[in-house]
This record gives sequence, C-alpha cells and structure tokens, in this order.
Amino acid sequence: MIRIDSVTKQYPDGTVAVDRLSLDIPDRAITVLVGPSGCGKTTTLRMINRMVEPSEGTILIDGVDSRQQPVNTLRRSMGYVIQNAGLFQHRTIVDNIATVPRMLGWSKDKARARARELMERVGLDASFAKRYPYQLSGGQQQRVGVARALAADPPVLLMDEPFSAVDPVVRKGLQDELLRIQAELGKTIVFVTHDIDEAVKLGTMVAVLRTGGRLAQFAPPAELLSDPADAFVEDFLGADRGIRRLSFFSSAGLELLTTPIVAIDSTAEQIAARGATAAPYLLVTGLDGRPLGWSEPGALTAGRVDADRLLPYGRPFVAERDSLRAALDCAVLSPTGWAVAVDAEGRAAGVVSQAAIGEAIRGAHAAGREEQPAPAETAQKVIR
Amino acid sequence: MNRFFDIPSDLQHDWFGLIGLHLREALLPVLGGLLLALPLAQLCVRLRWLYPPVLWVTTVLYAIPSLAFFVVLIDYTGQTELTVMIPLTIYSLVVLVPAIVDGVRSVPQETLAAATAMGFGPVRRYIQVQLPIAVPAIIAGLRVATVSSISLVSVGMLIGNQGALGNLLHDAQIYNRPELAWNSVITSAALAVLADALLVVVRILLTPWMPSGARGAKSKAAGVRPDPAVPALEDAAR
Repeated sequence: MIRIDSVTKQYPDGTVAVDRLSLDIPDRAITVLVGPSGCGKTTTLRMINRMVEPSEGTILIDGVDSRQQPVNTLRRSMGYVIQNAGLFQHRTIVDNIATVPRMLGWSKDKARARARELMERVGLDASFAKRYPYQLSGGQQQRVGVARALAADPPVLLMDEPFSAVDPVVRKGLQDELLRIQAELGKTIVFVTHDIDEAVKLGTMVAVLRTGGRLAQFAPPAELLSDPADAFVEDFLGADRGIRRLSFFSSAGLELLTTPIVAIDSTAEQIAARGATAAPYLLVTGLDGRPLGWSEPGALTAGRVDADRLLPYGRPFVAERDSLRAALDCAVLSPTGWAVAVDAEGRAAGVVSQAAIGEAIRGAHAAGREEQPAPAETAQKVIR
Repeated sequence: MNRFFDIPSDLQHDWFGLIGLHLREALLPVLGGLLLALPLAQLCVRLRWLYPPVLWVTTVLYAIPSLAFFVVLIDYTGQTELTVMIPLTIYSLVVLVPAIVDGVRSVPQETLAAATAMGFGPVRRYIQVQLPIAVPAIIAGLRVATVSSISLVSVGMLIGNQGALGNLLHDAQIYNRPELAWNSVITSAALAVLADALLVVVRILLTPWMPSGARGAKSKAAGVRPDPAVPALEDAAR
C-alpha cells in the first residue's frame, strides 16, 4: 500500500501546491486523483516517485519511507504514463517499450520479446514494432505509453492525465482497455485526471482535491455521487450526478415484459391475443428475434407487416449486463417511452416502461441508503 | 585550361594538396568547436542564467576580425595553421552553441519527464535522449559552421600562405594570373557545397525517426504546448 502521510509541497516562491495531504492508496485498485487546475494532483503523483520532493510529510510504500531506496531504483519499480505519451521519438516502438527492462539489465532479445508481448496486451498490431512514434496516431502512441510503463512488470502504475489529449472516442476506447488490462493484471494504479466522468468511470476510489492542494473528499465513486462532502465536491461533480449515479445500479432487477413482443410472421390470433395486454404498443421482431420496431396493435395485421412503417425503438440495452442508466436512456430515447432489452446476441429479451424503470431506481436508492456499497463491490461496478 | 590547375611552386602543393590542406584547416576547427560547444551548451541548458552571457561572449568574439586574432596569436603560435584554426574554432561557437541549446531545449517536456520517471539520471538522459533528439538542430548548426569555416580559411594567406586555396588569390595577384583566383573561388564553393550535402546525408542516416518532409516542424510544435502543471513539470525535468 502507498500511504501519503500529511504531505506538503511548497515551492520556493511560496506557492503551496499540496497542503497536508493524507491518503491511503489501496493495493491492486485504481485510485483517481481528480480536481481543477492547480489542485496539486500532478504534484502529488510526482511525489510518489520522487520526481517532486515533498517539503513536509512522508510517503510510505509498503510501510517503508520512499526516501530509503535510491531514487532511480524507486522509479524503475513504478510504471509511469504521461499525457501525450512522451515517447522517445528517436527510438522504434519496440525499443521504446523495452527501455526500462534494458536499464534493468535484460538482454536485448529478452527485452524485445517482452515488448512484443506487451504490444499485444495493449491492443497494438505487431507490425508497429519497427515503426517510429511519428507514424502512430495519438491514441496508438498512448497505448505504447501504457505498454512501456508495464514493461518491467512494476507493481505500481502512475498515470498523469494519460488520456486527456486524445479525442473522446479514442479516450473511451483507451479507458475500456485500461479497465480490461487492470482486470487481468491487478496493478496498484494512481490515476490523475481533471475529468470527473473519467474519475467515476475508472476509479475504485476517487480523491477530489480542491485548489490549494487540500483533500475535499476520498470515497468510492458511487458514494461520491450520492453523498458529496460539501458544496465544492457537489459543484465539481456537475448537474446530472443523480443520472450518472445510476451507472452503479444493475438493470438485473428490472421486470421485463415479454407479452408485447410479436414476431413478424405472427398470425392474426396471436396479434389479437398480444394486443390485449397492458402495453399500448407491440414490439415487432424479425424471424431472428431481433427487434424491428414498435407498432400500435390496431395497425398490425397478420401476414404483411411493412417494416418501414414501424416506429423506431431507439437503442436497446443489454438485459442484466447494462446499468439502470443505460436502461433509462433507452426508455427516454424510445418514442413510445418503453425501453427494449436485448440479450447478448441482440435478440429481444423484453420491454420495460419508464414507470417501471423509475420504480427500480427508487428501489435501488432505498437499498443504497441502507448499506453503502463497500469498495470491493464497486470494483465490479457495471460498466456501460 | 591547363594553366587553371597549374599551381605556382611557391605554394608547395598541387591542386589536390591545397584541397586537402583547405579541408583540414576548415574542418578541424568545426570539430574542435563542436567538442567545446557540447559541454558548454549542456551547462547553458542546466543553468539557464548562463546562456545569455555565453551567447553574448560568443557574439562579441565573432565580431573580432580574424586579422586582430592573428596579430595576437602570432606571438604564441607563429605563422602556422594553428594560428588560422584557433579563430575559426572560436567563430564556430557562435553558431554551434545556440544550435545545440535550442535543439536540446526543443525536446518535449513530456519526453523528459517520462525519461526521469523511468529512472534516467541526468547524464544518461542527456546522452541517450536529449542529444539524439537534438541531432537535426545540431547538424543544421554544423552545416552553417562548416560552410562559413571553408570560406574563412582563405584569410590565412595573410599570415604567410596559411590560407590553403586562399593563397591562390594572392598568387593570382602577384603573377597576374586571374584564372588562379577563379580556381580558388570555384573550388572553395564546390567544397562548401559538397561538405554541406555530406552533412545532409549524415543527418538522414542518423535520424530515420524523423517524418520526411516535415523536418523539425514536429518537435517545435510539441515544444510550445502549454501545460497546466508547469512548476511540477519543470521541477521534474531539471
């Protein structure tokens, strides 16, 4: 465990970057430091590998003061990922990744073999190995940055706004990839970002820092969203934290109705029987079970359903797997106000109304008030 | 045309001999200048306050006419090649020091911070990261220094025929053979062009990592990016 113990960083000009900060960073989990510009989050991260020396306080790594060992030994035991990747532009991708193993005295062949293995792990095609950084896109460069940090298999990974310079689509891909890699490797990750959505998505624990380098709140993201410590945290979380908090509730509890679903080749009797249920619309599915669209029961006749005349159903959510936030989003997008649930293969699994989703949200909130989710549970939170 | 290459015997060399002499007198100072400039530039990068005075001194030295240098040096080193090469070495600093400093400084902050975070000490970082990335800027400086040095060697004729190809200018005058002056000018120019082309080839061989067609543009663009955590970044990069 990394323990930051009442650490202060004051620069010679009097600026206080970090003010008596104490944090216990749990092992094998992602701890996110988040806050506005000038809150000292990057400084805090750099004090962990002593790129910045604290003015006061100590940082303990597994109970040992970080100043006990030679600074370069300490740094080589921690992977480091930086904004814009900071790759060595004069070295090939494979040599970039092999940098730390080479410094640790590995043979060239062994280091390069390790580098190629890591390229695969971070989703880079082997054909990139002999290329130079300028030949890669920003997102690809950042993947190399992550691979380089992982090269010597360090127990700790420090990530300094690694994904903030890439476009939103690439960023989402990189975030998902990080969660996947973390599920496989279980590193102790300290992640700095100014993006609260990124913090909530990635963090097992989130530390919100305020300007002047003071800790505002340290909590799992679900707790942050439900119980912000003060007005600053609440303001920083943004307007729709209620909606965002739904990401942490599974859609598994939703009661899906299957009766309003009719296949495109249904007979008149079947349609008539289905039309008598509570739902004002029927969901027509293709022969493969995939949803095609909504129709009013009266407008539906057997034998010749015109797929073009059906109402669109918006975007379906995957039953059980997606969160309540996804389900609610589907219901809001659907012109009928009913969300369509599909199974993993994309076949219609049922439909659910906005009212039923609202009911489930109230139920989830009530359960959440009774017992706050423990960090271990939120680690397996529902990822949209 | 025969008379064009007919070098007067007082120069004690044939045409090729003069070329060899000329290259030696021009290139050794550039090499010496580079060996001086590398540590000097590294000092200027690490101690920022040192750079302006160093720049000032090299500029003032450049402004001193070589003739003045000769007058002072001739008491110590006599009418020798060395007397010609010392001022040329000093002159090359005015180009090489800024070229290396700018090249080393153009290495993006992220790259430096990443190197530090991976456990590079200052010396290893300078040699393995900063210098290689500065190679294009250093070679750009070497090109200017080399070409100017090749043209400046000629002035050595003033101290007893130590000007290699430049001596032909003097002989052209005393023997009234203008073709020798043409020979001097054309050969020097050709040497300068060839040396310059050679340096370009060296640059291309040393920097397979540069995007072709966008030389230097990329590192410059990366260098001016504003960063939210400048104090921490600079602290780390130091």
